[in-house]
Amino acid sequence: MTTWTTVCRYDDLLPERGAAALVGDLQLALFRCHDGQLFAIGNQDPFTGAWVLARGIVGSRAQRRTVASPLHKQVFDLRTGECLDAEGVTVPVYEVRSREGMVEVNVT
Amino acid sequence: METNSGRRLVVVGNGMVGQHFVEALRERDVDRHWQVTVFGEEPRRAYDRVALSSYFDGASPQSLDLVASGCYDGHGYRLHLDEAVIAIDRAARTVTTSRGRAVGYDELVLATGSAPFIPPVPGADLPGCFVYRTLDDMDAIRAAAQRATARVGLVVGGGLLGLEAARALRLLGLAVHVVEMAPRLMPLQVDEGGGALLRRLVEELGVTVHLGTFAAAVTEAAPDQAAPRLVTLGDGTELPVDLVVFAAGVRPRDQLARDAGLAVGARGGVVVDAGCRTADAAVHAIGECACIDGTVYGLVAPGYAMGSVLADRLAGGNAEFRAADTATKLKLLGVDVASFGDALATTDGALEVTVNDPVAGSYAKLVVSDDATTLLGGVLVGDASRYAALRALVGRPLPGDPLAMLAPRGDGGVPGGALPADAMVCSCHAVTREAIDTAIAGSGLTTVAEIKGCTKAGTGCGSCVPMLSTLLTESGVTVNKALCEHFDCSRAELFDLVRVQQIRTFSELVGRYGRGRGCDVCKPVVASVLASLGNGHILDGEQAALQDTNDAFLANIQRNGTYSVVPRIPGGEITPEKLIAIGTVARDFDLYTKITGGQRIDLLGARLEQLPAIWRRLVDAGFESGHAYGKALRTVKSCVGSTWCRYGVQDSLGLAIALELRYRGIRSPHKIKAGVSGCARECAEARGKDIGVIATENGWNLYVGGNGGFRPRHADLLLTDVDTETLIRTIDRFIVFYVRTADRLQRTSSWVESLSTGPGGEQADGLDYLRSVLVDDALGIAAELDAAIERHVGAYEDEWAAVLDDPVRLRRFVSFVNAPDTPDPSISFVTERGQPRPVLLGLPSAAVPAPAVPASGVPAAVPAR
Ligand code: SRM
Ligand SMILES: Cc1cc2nc3c(=O)[nH]c(=O)nc-3n(C[C@H](O)[C@H](O)[C@H](O)COP(=O)(O)OP(=O)(O)OC[C@H]3O[C@@H](n4cnc5c(N)ncnc54)[C@H](O)[C@@H]3O)c2cc1C
Ligand code: SF4
Ligand code: FES
Repeated sequence: MTTWTTVCRYDDLLPERGAAALVGDLQLALFRCHDGQLFAIGNQDPFTGAWVLARGIVGSRAQRRTVASPLHKQVFDLRTGECLDAEGVTVPVYEVRSREGMVEVNVT
Repeated sequence: METNSGRRLVVVGNGMVGQHFVEALRERDVDRHWQVTVFGEEPRRAYDRVALSSYFDGASPQSLDLVASGCYDGHGYRLHLDEAVIAIDRAARTVTTSRGRAVGYDELVLATGSAPFIPPVPGADLPGCFVYRTLDDMDAIRAAAQRATARVGLVVGGGLLGLEAARALRLLGLAVHVVEMAPRLMPLQVDEGGGALLRRLVEELGVTVHLGTFAAAVTEAAPDQAAPRLVTLGDGTELPVDLVVFAAGVRPRDQLARDAGLAVGARGGVVVDAGCRTADAAVHAIGECACIDGTVYGLVAPGYAMGSVLADRLAGGNAEFRAADTATKLKLLGVDVASFGDALATTDGALEVTVNDPVAGSYAKLVVSDDATTLLGGVLVGDASRYAALRALVGRPLPGDPLAMLAPRGDGGVPGGALPADAMVCSCHAVTREAIDTAIAGSGLTTVAEIKGCTKAGTGCGSCVPMLSTLLTESGVTVNKALCEHFDCSRAELFDLVRVQQIRTFSELVGRYGRGRGCDVCKPVVASVLASLGNGHILDGEQAALQDTNDAFLANIQRNGTYSVVPRIPGGEITPEKLIAIGTVARDFDLYTKITGGQRIDLLGARLEQLPAIWRRLVDAGFESGHAYGKALRTVKSCVGSTWCRYGVQDSLGLAIALELRYRGIRSPHKIKAGVSGCARECAEARGKDIGVIATENGWNLYVGGNGGFRPRHADLLLTDVDTETLIRTIDRFIVFYVRTADRLQRTSSWVESLSTGPGGEQADGLDYLRSVLVDDALGIAAELDAAIERHVGAYEDEWAAVLDDPVRLRRFVSFVNAPDTPDPSISFVTERGQPRPVLLGLPSAAVPAPAVPASGVPAAVPAR
């Protein structure tokens, strides 16, 4: 099932940085990349338990879009949620889109 | 789906050797002939036990992980953790596990390692008694140290393991006693001379050593005593302690084999032949649990060799284990200790050549054959820089006079060129010099990291790493200085590019000189370079996206996602009014408060969305927030100086304040700290700072390149008896020269040291060079350096206040973009000693290696616009 929840205006997101969003009880980390692409992953850093991934540095590793945890800098693939520095560690990923200037996520 | 066609292999134990074996087998088992099932009793998959103690230097369990990516991806290779094998039925060829599972095997491998030996001391089972073997042990010791009231620990055993445990307890802030039965420390590795020096060096580090005696009993102390426990030594001495760590050796874990009727050695260990096979052709043993050729090895390298031999055998080969190199090199409590070959000179007619330098704190001994032509072994204490080279020469003709090879200090001793092609450079992974040279030339390797990736050399105990860089340099390749995968140049080169080409944005820089979209390494470097060259507020325009995560919020993140705020208190001088103001801010926002080691007051536990309001209050009280994060000037520490102190000869405090205000906000390759003392008594500890100033009768002495932290170093004297104007001008130039030419994350200490090596590797006097550049303007850049500081001072603004004035910058200081004032529900505090303390956060289940995303319908991010 797909239910889109409107979160914020597209312009509320800064290019190449993240922002945390609260959908129900769920904390998401939304990212707007340099070319306008949007990504949404879970906000919790699986290594420390802190809800901070939205505050990481956005970048790339080879062809993948990434964010580095602000606590100990482990890098996560924004598209798959996979941690590229520790095998088997993954954060959830969510669908996200921009419609009529608004950012919507699907967390179902 | 798995098929049942493969042969069933069960591995008991997922430790260092068991894992090495599985990977070695997997490499050879290309057509997946084997169905491998591994049982590990520990809750974690294999980790680097050799580096276990680095846990206390901040290593995380993840960084110690040893399992190659994709090793257990389900194609016939499975790993079951937290599940021990409890019995073997050799007739039925099955094992039974602690979870009640019975699993059949065609071949069985025992890789159960060893268990700590606990001497039969009454009370050794009391709470507060620990062993030193697993990550869980480390956690338990750390927790006990945190609860310690008397802050004293005792280690039973003065060998390799005991000294590592002693170091750990020191790092945990405990006073430490070490008790060793033998008449010297590390009796198995070093001789008497080395042991004596080792004892002195270890005692200088605050460890009390008791030799020739033993722990006779551990008892609970009476409740009114300062320490909860009492250890009685063999000589009657009673020591009050919080905790005891037993590190008195290990015993092979061979019980499973004993129960199954397999032979064990005289001192334990599953008896195996040179192919690692027991008397039962279907059962094998490797690593510390095996007794091979009558020997049980307690080191990882022989274990790895056994793993490789067995993998080869199971893949149809006939490799044999040969008596292994038991060389060791360790840094124990900061003291280098190495022994290799026949260290204790047991070979007939062996000669010993010894150099003892008590002043420099180094002892070295080479054991050579009776005709003094062949190296047999040796011991190095205090300075082990020649270890890698010497060890590789064991059993070979000496390339030179043995005494000359031990001569104090050189530059690492034997050059790589002296090593024959088949000399073993990395004994952990059995890699020869030839293999390394071939890899460098054949694959065009330019970094030590690449050599590690390609040959595995250097990925064991790490002691051969210096030799790897020597071989790399000697091979004539240009050593790679690339910052990261996005830029091929170093930080200094990037600085020049940005400065000379007048580049203003990351996009332009990465477009012209790099690739990709940057990362957590290069982005903060570029942010720092742009800030040094004056590009306005660090949160403006594209720069905002480059800032390291603390700079992005102008505060330092804490483990629970809150922040600390450390108001700037130049020189540590503060009025009563301002002290009260800090108190009221802390009280009103319920912040934890602590006096820092840098003469400031730290306010911790601020939520992201509270930061602007806290800054507002501080600004109103006449403060700015300060850098406790960021690569920038931290504090200029000061003593009270001539204003008050009866010894003071200059106004150290006035100078400290002037310096702090002059250099605040400057962005640099690493943090910069300074100190000013009013006389040679040095109460401000200026010589432990990047920039240290000490007052003299005639003016000031300037010291540079000092450092506390991980590798403490006293600053070197650059100028003597200069006036204030000359002093400040020289510091100006020192800072800008450092900012422009140092590497990323290079403190001034190692930068100053690096100036002592000329471009061709020759020794130079780095301080003379610095003086010539900063004072005599040998490079003709002084005017430019002066101008850079003037620009900085002229353009300085309070970055925190500047956020408050700008609604666009303020917008990012919210908890949630769609609920700006809702506090992060995961953050909570409890009260401890009258102040808030963060409640530790639970880890998500996804942190254990298991896919967190459902296999079907993985939601993919949808591109927008
Ligand atoms: C607060 C304080 C401890 C305290 O409670 O006293 C402290 C706290 C931190 N230190 Fe420190 N250091 C503090 C004085 C020191 C000192 C002593 C001094 O400055 O006189 C040293 C040794 C001197 C030196 O730096 O050479 C020191 C050596 C370090 C190091 C090791 C640096 C090195 O080169 O090895 C780090 C790690 C780093 O910077 O990479 C570090 C890093 C840190 C960080 C920033 C770690 C982090 O990123 O979270 C801590 C920030 C806490 C916070 O958010 O407030 N801290 N730290 C001290 C703050 C002083 C201040 O007012 O600025
Ligand atoms: C603090 C410390 C420092 C060290 N430093 C060095 C060093 O500098 N150089 C060096 O060469 N060596 C060093 N060693 C020794 C080195 O760690 C060992 O030689 C190496 O780990 C041996 O590997 P192993 O696989 O045989 O045993 P282990 O790594 O101990 O692995 C055995 C594993 O098997 C598991 N196991 C046991 N029984 C069962 C069962 N019935 N069912 C399932 N699982 C079971 C255990 O829980 C364990 O995880 C050090 C050891 C320690 C503790
Ligand atoms: S360094 Fe000298 S002047 Fe400063 S407080 Fe100490 S004794 Fe006094
Ligand atoms: S000798 Fe241990 S890693 Fe090379």
